[in-house]
Order: sequence, then C-alpha cells, then structure tokens
Amino acid sequence: MSMDREQKEGAEVLLMGNESIARGALEAGVRVAAGYPGTPSSEIIETLSRFSEAGKLYVEWSTNEKVAMEVAAAASFAGLRSLCVMKQNGVNVASDFLLHLTGSGTRGGMILVSCDDPGALSSVNEGESRHFARLMEIPLLEPADFWEAKEMTRWAFDLSEAIRNVVMVRSVTRMSHASGNVVLGPLPAVTAKAQFLCDGPVSDPDRGPVTSAPVIQKHRLQQEKLRKAAALFEDSPFNTYEGPETPELLIITSSACTLYSREAISLLRAEGRAGILKLGTTWPLPPALLKRHLRRTEKVLIVEEVLPFLEDQVKILAAEQAREIGIKTFYGKNDGTLPMVGELNPDLVAAAVGQILGIDPPAIPAEYREKLRALTAALPKREQTFCPGCPHRASFWGIREALQRDHRGGFVCGDIGCYAMASLFPAAGFHTAKTLHAMGSGTGIASGFGKLGPFGMEQPVLAVCGDSTFYHAAIPALINAVHQNADITFIALDNSGTAMTGFQSHPGLDVNAMGEASPKVDIAALCGAMGVPVTIGDPFDLIGTRVTLNRLLEEPGVKVLILKQSCALSPEKKVKKRFLVRVDEALCRGEACGCNRLCTRIFRCPGLLWNRERKKAEIDEVICAGCGFCAGICPAGAIRSEEAAK
Amino acid sequence: MTEHLTKDPYNIVITGVGGQGNVMASRVLSNMLVRKGFRVTIGETFGMSQRGGSVMSHIRVSPTAVWSPQIPKGMANLIVALEPIEAIRVLADYGNPSVKVLVNLRAIYPVGVITGEDEYPSEGKIRETVAALAAEARFLAATEEAIRLGNPILGNIVMIGAVSGLGVLPIDRELFETVIREWMPAARVEANLHAFAIGQAAVALKSPLPQREV
Repeated sequence: MSMDREQKEGAEVLLMGNESIARGALEAGVRVAAGYPGTPSSEIIETLSRFSEAGKLYVEWSTNEKVAMEVAAAASFAGLRSLCVMKQNGVNVASDFLLHLTGSGTRGGMILVSCDDPGALSSVNEGESRHFARLMEIPLLEPADFWEAKEMTRWAFDLSEAIRNVVMVRSVTRMSHASGNVVLGPLPAVTAKAQFLCDGPVSDPDRGPVTSAPVIQKHRLQQEKLRKAAALFEDSPFNTYEGPETPELLIITSSACTLYSREAISLLRAEGRAGILKLGTTWPLPPALLKRHLRRTEKVLIVEEVLPFLEDQVKILAAEQAREIGIKTFYGKNDGTLPMVGELNPDLVAAAVGQILGIDPPAIPAEYREKLRALTAALPKREQTFCPGCPHRASFWGIREALQRDHRGGFVCGDIGCYAMASLFPAAGFHTAKTLHAMGSGTGIASGFGKLGPFGMEQPVLAVCGDSTFYHAAIPALINAVHQNADITFIALDNSGTAMTGFQSHPGLDVNAMGEASPKVDIAALCGAMGVPVTIGDPFDLIGTRVTLNRLLEEPGVKVLILKQSCALSPEKKVKKRFLVRVDEALCRGEACGCNRLCTRIFRCPGLLWNRERKKAEIDEVICAGCGFCAGICPAGAIRSEEAAK
Repeated sequence: MTEHLTKDPYNIVITGVGGQGNVMASRVLSNMLVRKGFRVTIGETFGMSQRGGSVMSHIRVSPTAVWSPQIPKGMANLIVALEPIEAIRVLADYGNPSVKVLVNLRAIYPVGVITGEDEYPSEGKIRETVAALAAEARFLAATEEAIRLGNPILGNIVMIGAVSGLGVLPIDRELFETVIREWMPAARVEANLHAFAIGQAAVALKSPLPQREV
C-alpha cells in the first residue's frame, strides 16, 4: 500500500507526505537516516528502512532524537548525505547537540526533518519547532503540498552543502499524514565513500576537526551561511504568488495553511480580490521578495500554525522597509483574526478572510441546518480506551488495587506512550496516574516527589514508563533517583516494542530498524546494575502484582518492578486467544451484587458487555482478546476463563 | 484526459472505527482515481485510531488542483460509513441537502454503550435519520457479506464496490482489480474482487442486500 522499490521514475503515484519526504531524501542520495518514532513523523524512517541496503543506505531507530541527530551528523562529517527525523518535541531533546552542530557546521548535506502536530492530534503538546530554526540560526523550509515535500527535501541537501550547515524541513500532521499525487524522480547511483578528514587546521572546514570553537569566529561564519541562504531564497521556486496584480488583501502563508488559504478564497469567490504569497523558505525570509509583494496592497493577512512566527518576521521586514512600501494593516494571530491555539482549517481561514473583505462564507440552508442539529444531537461518544487484552489496563488495575489497600493517597507519575491514556482519560487508568509531561519526565518528577518526605509528604510515589521510553529518557532520571536515595517505586510497563507508534524496534529488542539481528540491552540487568532491587512480574497476574506492589510501597529508596507482557496488537498476540472467557450467568448477580458493576462500569474492557435486558455481564467473543485477566476481578467469580486449545 | 466529475473538487468522507480498514479503503479508492488522471488529496486522522476512536478520511478529487486535506464543513458530496453512527457523526459536520450516503449497518458499540451508560440508536432510527439528511441513502449489510467471504475486514471493499455501483465516480471492477493486484498477495485478490462485485451489484441494481439482524 505504500511506496516500494518497484515504482519507477516518472510514475505519478499517491504518496503520503512522509513517504514523499522519504522519497526526496532517496532521490538526493541519502546514505544515513536516523530518527526516534513519534506521530506524525514515524513513516519517514519506516519508508527509508525498506530501501536500506549495506553500503547504500543505513537506517536506524536511535534511542532518542539527540542520538539520532548525532548519528546523522557523523555521516555528514564523513562526507555522506544524512537525514534525522523527529516529531516536534523531539527537536527539544536534540536541541543541545543542534546548538553545537550548527556552530561547527556540516560537510555532506544534512537535513533535520521535524513533523509538528498543530492541534495536538497525537501529542500532549502543540509545541512549534519552527522557532528552533531562528534560535539555532539555520535555514527553514516548509512544503505546501505532497509533491513539493519531495522536491523540497531533495533540494534541501543541495542547500545544506552550499552553506555547509544543517537545513531544517518542517512538516505538520496535515502534510505528513495526508496523501497526494507525486511524480517520482530518478534514484542516483551510489558514489560517496565515507571518510572523516580531520588532519587539517581548525580553520579548514574540509579537513579540520569539527567543533563549534573558536566560538566567535564560528558563530560569525554561521551567520554568513544564513545570509547566503537568504540570498538563495530570493529566487527560490518554492516561493510563489497567485492572485491579482494589486489585490485588496495579500495572504502570506506556508505549509498546509497554503491549501486552506486557497480553499478559503475559492469558498468566498474572492479570486479577484485576494492574492496568496506562499512561502516555502520561511527562515530567514528573503527581504527583497517580501518587499516586492508587500508593495501590492495595504492589507496583509498572515495564515500559519500555530504561533505567529511568520507574522513576527514579516512585521520586522515591513518596519525596516516602511519608507519604501508604506504603512500596512496586518491581520493574523496577534490581533485575534485567527486563533493562537489549535490547528487551522479552510473554514477558520474563510471566516478570517470573509471578515476582512466583508464577504459571508457560504452557508447551508437554515431549514436543513435545523434538521441536522435536531437529528444528530444525541450520538453516543467514542471514548478512547486501552485495547481489549491490553496489558496496560491490567497493570493499572493492579496499581489501583495496591494503592487502595495502601490507604496513604499514593499516586502514579505518568509518561508518554499508550499508557499516557491513564493520565488523559480518567476511565482508562482508574484514576491512578496524576502527572503527564515529556518522555521520561514521570521518573524525574517521581525522583523529586521522592525527596519530599522530610517536608511531611506521606504519599507513596510511583512512576510508570514504557520500554522504549525507558531507553529514551528515563535512565538518567532513574539513576538520579537511585543516587539521591529518593523513595519511589518505578514500574516499567514492558510490552516489547514501541507500540503506540507502530512497533518500531528499540534497544530492548533483538532486531533493528532494517530487520537485522541486534544485541539486546536488558532493562532488568540495567536496573540491577544501578544497585536497586528489581522484581519482574506479569501484569496479568493480578494478585502477584498487587502483593508485590504493596510490599514495595512499604520499602524506602528506589524499587523497580518490571511488568512484562506483549502488546495486545503485537503480531504473535493477534493470532490466537490464550483463554476462552465466559460469564457464568448463574453466578453473576448483576445490579444486586453490590459490586457496582465492577467489570463493565469500572474495569471497562471493550470485550465485556452489560446486557441491559438480562441485567448481567457477558463477553463479546469477537472483541475479547482472551487475556483472561477479567476472571480475577469479579468478586462473585462469575467470569470464568479456561486455557484455549493449542 | 480525465473524466467528468459532478463537482470540482468532489468531496468524499470515508468513516468508521479503528480496525475496520478505513485507511485501506481510502487508499484503494484514491489510487483508482489517480490512475484515472485525477489529482487526489487524502486527509486522515490516525495515531489513536487503534484505540477505539472514530476514524475519518477526507478524499478530495479534482481534474486539476490539489485541495486541502480537510473538507470544509457542510461540503461532503459522498459519505461512506463503515459503521452506522459514524455516518450520522459525519453528517453532523459535513452534511448538506445534496449529499449521498452509503452505510454499512454493522454496529460497533462504543465503550459507553458496552458499559450500559449510553444507548445505541436502533437500526430503524439510524435509517430514518440518514434518509432524512441525505439526498440518497443506501444501507448495506457489508460486514455480513464479508464474513460470508471469510473475513469481516472485507466489509471495506464491499463498500468501495458500492461506491462504484453508485455511478458517481468513474471507477469500475477492472480498475479495482489493477490496483488491488499491486498490493495484495495473489491468494487474496479473488476474495477482494468478490467483495467489490457484491457491493457494486447491491447498489447498481437498487436492490438492497439481504438484511440480517445487526
């Protein structure tokens, strides 16, 4: 269903934005690609991994984004073209290295692709990575359609080599996870040989050591590179204007917002009144190009996601050029014409343009609208929850039971993965997880809470963390907790894969991104080497988990519990049920039980149904994954499980 | 040279619940249209899709232009629902007096319904609501047909066949076969072709599929 090796040069195919970016890198002759999984970026590395081949393309899922960027940088230093890929908050993780890398400069073309998530469709933030381009003083490119995503990525490598520095390509969910027509270009023959030339003086960019020092000289050189990029941007084909010669309103936009702006003009039939300056090179802005277009009119609307990044830069240029271009009226985020939070869409942009031009957006007939409102008001919601058979539901149930028995108001510091739903949606984690921030932060926060005993805090502190998250960022936090002697119970929810984003490999598995056998790094052994007690359990063993946890909660210092059970969606689990589960109607007392319908109202596995007519619980055999865990929660013992035939 | 569309862009929403093959359906349909020379944009929401949430793909089809991955509110031309209440959910945002709607009648209960907190509307009520809001509404027992073919996931292909049968887009069985052969192991092609033909015939003949309890 996705791009493969069979597709030939010249073919017009449907590609996802992420596949198009990957194709652009392939057409540019990328040799090394590294990333850390994160929606909406993961398909770029996944696509490239299908093209990996010894000596031609090396692809890895790195332990985190900073390491991914370092791996890609090494390839660049050795003269190869390289790519590192991450979601928006991954750039924060990589930013310390990026600060120094942009000072040292690069050799082989090196691209940083960041996929942002305006509206937080699959994130717990809508952080913007565009600001890093300005902060780190490197060029920024933003594709506005699927084909351009490929062309722009390909060209970004040329730009990187022209200025000898990293180039950032920024996508958004509506670009990365949308699809459109793309015409494939040729894949170049392999020619590059890896060699790190480092025997020259520090001033030699081709043969010297690669460092950000001497800082002032290198910083000056970095800014010269940026000016060179701005000069190249003046004639870039990625910046285009469409509309009347002297429009009433000039829209300046980039990325997916270009498509929303075009649609808005079409909806309002305002083609004769508004023009669109679509910018593909959004930092640094090319001043002469902006001057030429700002001269067209007095009213300017900037359409972008999420914060006013372009808007601020355009205003600075307009202020500098005010004598030549005249005074403008600006509309955008700062004046509230467009919302400063969340993602945009054609309707929001049409409303903004309509408001400025005095045009009402098209409306559906009032009579139909009324009927629609009346007939669609009372639909049952679809709440997101752990899958049937998910080990996380079992783990949080065990934690819930242990905390209830402990009675001291203990709580869980949550982290990033499917199990974040324990913090996001109260029903999914039984109200146990109470904080949720960045990758690994649950453990760091717990480490802090774990030192508050002398201030009178008596609540037990727990942290949960998935296996991939453990390697990514929890290890330093856990080491900190050990060294500071914090009182915490650390629970690794090990489901054997980066499940949330689609089972990418990580250091705990014996296979890498290219499908090759790889050495495993064992979580239990690592924790053991930190000198703290480690217990390994099965989350489906409810009593065992509860008893272990109640014991650990009483003990001082750092205690590690690894709850190991594969994700319910993992290939080996999907094949067959381990248990056949049924409800014994004679034993289920229904509403009269006094359990308050624990199984369906509290436990809420989608495989457990409440039969309204019979007033009894029952199992939906199509949905039930056969984990058998619910047999242990029914106080009447009415849920029965038996081992399925092999 | 591309064939004529009744609208430019022609806006399709394919909706369902995670795990029903929504993304697959949108890619199959869109690939058929790309082969016909159209510019197609698919906008998808996934990421949490495997965790019980509603899934929606927006497909924009045009002879000339690339359109936004989000359809403006109230501007769907065709809604293909793999799950009945998702049809109504999409109508609420994208419905208009001329929209056509294809509904697979097989319900997938949300957690709130499973736990007895919410009530799922009856099939009669669903039919009545969709018919009242659509210019043309067709109801299919696509999942039941797919189960008879050996795999409930083929319900998505029955629905793509139904789109073909509706006659609003220039897609036929031959084109479907070309596209599906590229993606599927040969062993699975036959069942897919059957599923497509069942959906196509059900709508083209204006005779609903035999209705079963859903």
